[in-house]
Amino acid sequence: MAIISTAGLARTFRTKHGPVEAVRGIDLTVREGEILGFLGPNGAGKTTTLRMLTTLLAPTGGAATVAGCDLAADPAGVRRACGYVAQSGGVDPQTGVREELVTQGRLYRLTRARAAERAEELAQDLGLAGLLDRRCGALSGGQRRRLDIAMALTHRPKVLFLDEPTTGLDPGSRAALWELVRRLRDEHGTTVFLTTHYLDEADALSDRLVIVDRGVVVAEGTPGALKLEYGGSPDASLQDTFLAITGRDATPAEQTPVAV
Amino acid sequence: MLFHDTALVYGRYLRQSLRSRFALLFGVLMPLLYLLFFGPLLTDLPLGGRGSSWQLLVPGLLLQLGLFGASFAGFSVIIEKGQGVIERMRVTPVSRLALLLGRVLRDATLFVLQAVLLVLAAMAMGLRAPLPGVLIGFAFVALLTVSLGALSYALAMKVDTPQVFGPTINALTMPSMLLSGLLLPMSLGPAWLDALSHLMPFRYLVDAVRDAYAGSYATAHMLYGVLVAVGFSVLAVAVGTRVFRTAGA
Repeated sequence: MAIISTAGLARTFRTKHGPVEAVRGIDLTVREGEILGFLGPNGAGKTTTLRMLTTLLAPTGGAATVAGCDLAADPAGVRRACGYVAQSGGVDPQTGVREELVTQGRLYRLTRARAAERAEELAQDLGLAGLLDRRCGALSGGQRRRLDIAMALTHRPKVLFLDEPTTGLDPGSRAALWELVRRLRDEHGTTVFLTTHYLDEADALSDRLVIVDRGVVVAEGTPGALKLEYGGSPDASLQDTFLAITGRDATPAEQTPVAV
Repeated sequence: MLFHDTALVYGRYLRQSLRSRFALLFGVLMPLLYLLFFGPLLTDLPLGGRGSSWQLLVPGLLLQLGLFGASFAGFSVIIEKGQGVIERMRVTPVSRLALLLGRVLRDATLFVLQAVLLVLAAMAMGLRAPLPGVLIGFAFVALLTVSLGALSYALAMKVDTPQVFGPTINALTMPSMLLSGLLLPMSLGPAWLDALSHLMPFRYLVDAVRDAYAGSYATAHMLYGVLVAVGFSVLAVAVGTRVFRTAGA
């Protein structure tokens, strides 16, 4: 069952130098409980797509539903159903960890008591228990990331959007984050929609990959299927597959998708 | 829901401000310097108003405090955009209007607090004014703060860098201050300058507060002052709301 589906989702920015088509038309579906890796070179339109799907940015074309709510007609429903962690995170370094978690709970309309309880639960669950009384700015990169995710999980969303969640983390913290993402899906059935530049991450974590380039979907499938189709063998590296798909490397013409 | 959300946003930002007591005190420092180093110059000058020179100067300084303070309030939004705090809040169901109202009400609270400190200092230096007049003055500071704060936040949502925001605000506030007669009554100047200053909304506010400090409440100045202050804040909050509702920048 599709929890996210988009049809021709597009966004054009008007700039001084004329219109910029950041996203030209994205068609994709995400199944419930799936971990979807959303890949593409810099500037492919990944973040813009994410910001549209989370109601932060109004599309200039196309349509989408998230968790049964239409993006244009019911943005409030979409907001209730999804959590979003931006590349930059979203906490004030001067504010305490507990205060940010409680405020976030209150923004999701929890009562004061329930918000305080939820902050404790999230801290327990995400390994932040000893850090509740620190300032957010005093956390390490990995702890900060876990806090960002905890904030996004406050209302137990059906869909979690993660924009380059492991950028800047050390290998240990990255591995811990992968574990966390898998656990979220396994224990709560959360659908995870994540963008990444790291192909090993996409390979290790995703059930399915959607590859975008210049604002359109150029390939999709399981990592194995994509390797076979574009890389020539199931043992091809995702790196070679990715280069073949996005055409940033010499490839036979019949293997290059039309959109490139 | 709007009330709940506004209270929540207000509380968050008020706590944030109270944590930086230094910034809080620094805010009153500039008007205090005017009071100390500029006020005494006026005591024996014929300024054409009723009452002492303090009754003319202090209303101007109060509004100047609001003018400069609230106009730069948007800097915090630019910082928060960089931190991702704005987007994090905008993906929650929180009312978009509350994100604006909570902030401007926090500003109004802080500036009235600073205004109280300023008036107390002025009284120590020789200001005598009726209590109702002083309270009316605080109400005008609050309205001015709400208006300018809303516009400043709206601008900050639209521009991306402090390098654009700072000079824009400077370019707007400096002439506004000079043309509103905040430091000296415009009626002292040539007719063209007096006429020009009537194009500035703040001119009507400062005239009204000066009347209030002189103990006259039922005057034409007061009427125009109230109309302009209320009208300006309604307009500014409407603009701010529109930007906060639709902002995708």
